[in-house]
Amino acid sequence: MIAQKNNLSVAMFSVLFGLIVGAVIMLVFGYNPISGYVALLGSAFGSMQDIGGVLTQMTPLILTALGFAVASTAGFFNIGLSGQALAGWVGAVWYALSFPDMSAIIMIPSALIIGAGLGAIAGFIPGWLRAQFGASEVIVTIMMNYIFLFLGNDILQNTMSKNIKESAETTKQVGANASLQMKWLTDLTQGSSISAGIFIALAMIVVVWFVMKKTTLGFEIRAVGLNPDAARYAGMSAKRNATIAMAISGGLAGLAGTIEGLGNYLNFFTQNGSPSIGFDGMAVALLGGGSYLGILGAAAIFSVLKIGGLGMPMSSGVPFELVDIVTASIIFFVGVRYLILLIQKRIKAMDEKAAIEAANKKAAKENQQKGGE
Amino acid sequence: MSFMAMLSLVISSTLVYSAPLIFTSIGGTFSERSGVVNVGLEGIMGMGAFAAVVFNLTFAKQLGAATPWLGLLAGAIVGVAFSLIHAVATVTLRADHIISGTVINLMAPALGVFLIKVLYGKGQTESIGQDFGYATVPGLSKIPVLGPLFFEKTSGPAWLAILVAGLSWYIIFKTKFGLRLRSVGENPQAADTLGLNVARLRYSGVMISGLLGGIGGAVVAQSISLNYSASTIVGQGFMAMAAMIFGRWNPIGALGASLFFGLSQSLAVIGAQLPGLKNVPSIWLQLAPYVLTIIVLVFFFGKTQAPKADGVNYIKAA
Repeated sequence: MIAQKNNLSVAMFSVLFGLIVGAVIMLVFGYNPISGYVALLGSAFGSMQDIGGVLTQMTPLILTALGFAVASTAGFFNIGLSGQALAGWVGAVWYALSFPDMSAIIMIPSALIIGAGLGAIAGFIPGWLRAQFGASEVIVTIMMNYIFLFLGNDILQNTMSKNIKESAETTKQVGANASLQMKWLTDLTQGSSISAGIFIALAMIVVVWFVMKKTTLGFEIRAVGLNPDAARYAGMSAKRNATIAMAISGGLAGLAGTIEGLGNYLNFFTQNGSPSIGFDGMAVALLGGGSYLGILGAAAIFSVLKIGGLGMPMSSGVPFELVDIVTASIIFFVGVRYLILLIQKRIKAMDEKAAIEAANKKAAKENQQKGGE
Repeated sequence: MSFMAMLSLVISSTLVYSAPLIFTSIGGTFSERSGVVNVGLEGIMGMGAFAAVVFNLTFAKQLGAATPWLGLLAGAIVGVAFSLIHAVATVTLRADHIISGTVINLMAPALGVFLIKVLYGKGQTESIGQDFGYATVPGLSKIPVLGPLFFEKTSGPAWLAILVAGLSWYIIFKTKFGLRLRSVGENPQAADTLGLNVARLRYSGVMISGLLGGIGGAVVAQSISLNYSASTIVGQGFMAMAAMIFGRWNPIGALGASLFFGLSQSLAVIGAQLPGLKNVPSIWLQLAPYVLTIIVLVFFFGKTQAPKADGVNYIKAA
């Protein structure tokens, strides 16, 4: 309980310090931080369309952050969320375009399963390699990010058939039978690319919370993460549970990629680098401090920064990259939580000291008054 | 193409692609020998590349052919400064090493592009005025057969990197500083008991990784990409990390692994010119270095033997 309270205040201080770092950088390079941040907020909340954009941005972040959290519960540091998301994205779009006549009732669930499944396989491989051979999952997942990046682009450019492509660099848009966009949501948000994906993401918060906290599987994964030796002694298979956790983690990232493909962009296009949703999701999970509501809040903060940042150059001249600097700074302060706890301790000590001094003064005054009588 | 011409093409491009990996993987070795895991090598290389390109664009006219070499110095200085973030976070503020390294990686491209936009008003720079090109080592190029292959039209930074590898091996395994650095990475408590300053040694380990990683990034920028953008450093830092592990935290091992990765990276680039490889779809050559890294990691060095206290924060008892 105390730890959770600390997490929340660490998160709040981290966001505050991150914004201060951003303000200092803006000042140093001759921009006005107030107009910069006003532009940011204006671009994130200025219209229903902007709000739709923030919700669209939140969707994959919630899912990749959940994925990161599940893996870290089992003691894995999954840097491969980008690659796992990409696997889901390419696979689901390719599948959806290959069967343009399938009815939506069959298409949408099966496409979601295929996308999540591909992500799960992509997460399973590094999990299994570490469980079986002790290979560092950090290096393996980083390498797999590049493998999926090149493989995805190559499948688009050289393997997909011409009739599902718009150009050599982009597929056609998926049909209405596979699109996750909903007319009432689109109309409500003045044509933003929001989709049913946001409901899937919110539902997955509940599902993952339930699985991790209320089921035997979740208990075993947590036990393995806390102490693999003790878990094995209690008759749980540390290797099996850790591998399953990585597959679930990859599956959630794959689902995030699928929703990017079928809900947000409606196509797949040549990627210049690993999709940033992977690394951002990691950041969201770290800021969320392992709590499921924390992940929701952190995803909202990051999405506001991202969407708001897009509007910053136009109205305040501040380059968009400032937002990524702020994001990285926030994670830096989450990482050095020791510093924040230290500062809090200092403040508390100072408060106590001040309280004692005030009490002493009061007592002295009373004594004086008594003495005067 | 004659056999000799092919061989010389493969060797020279291997050297070009290996050089940044050699510098950076040896930098990582210093950091991890001192007990600080450095996932941030990628970001450090990015800042080194940024500094070298800005330096090169600014001074190429005045300094002429010496520019890229001085650009290495610029990259090194900025690399050290940037690595201090990691050192402060991990050594002084007890942060998780992987989280701090990830912050370094998230920060570098954003900061680099931000500054490029402030300086030049656009997201990527012009091409630099003076690059490394190909150098001929005087004297050695006269050796029959080997001379033309290795020392004529070859990569200058690669030979410097090989010298640095030898020097680093000597420093880590034969000097007092190296012994102390290693002891701090293996057992900080014991080192502390003997009166060594654990924090100072770890700072120096991380800062050497910043120095060499910055040089590594500067080499990429001035011999391969020739400009700076968000995509100048894409994965070389992670490859260097893999080379460090593959090389078993030994500079000579890291050198060998970097040459191996350099070869597989360069095959993706020059494969189309080589008979035999010409018919292999380019995707396989592109994927090869990453797949090989995983295979090597799994089957040859399953249980990786990092320094014992690698990644473990040392909290001195009050």
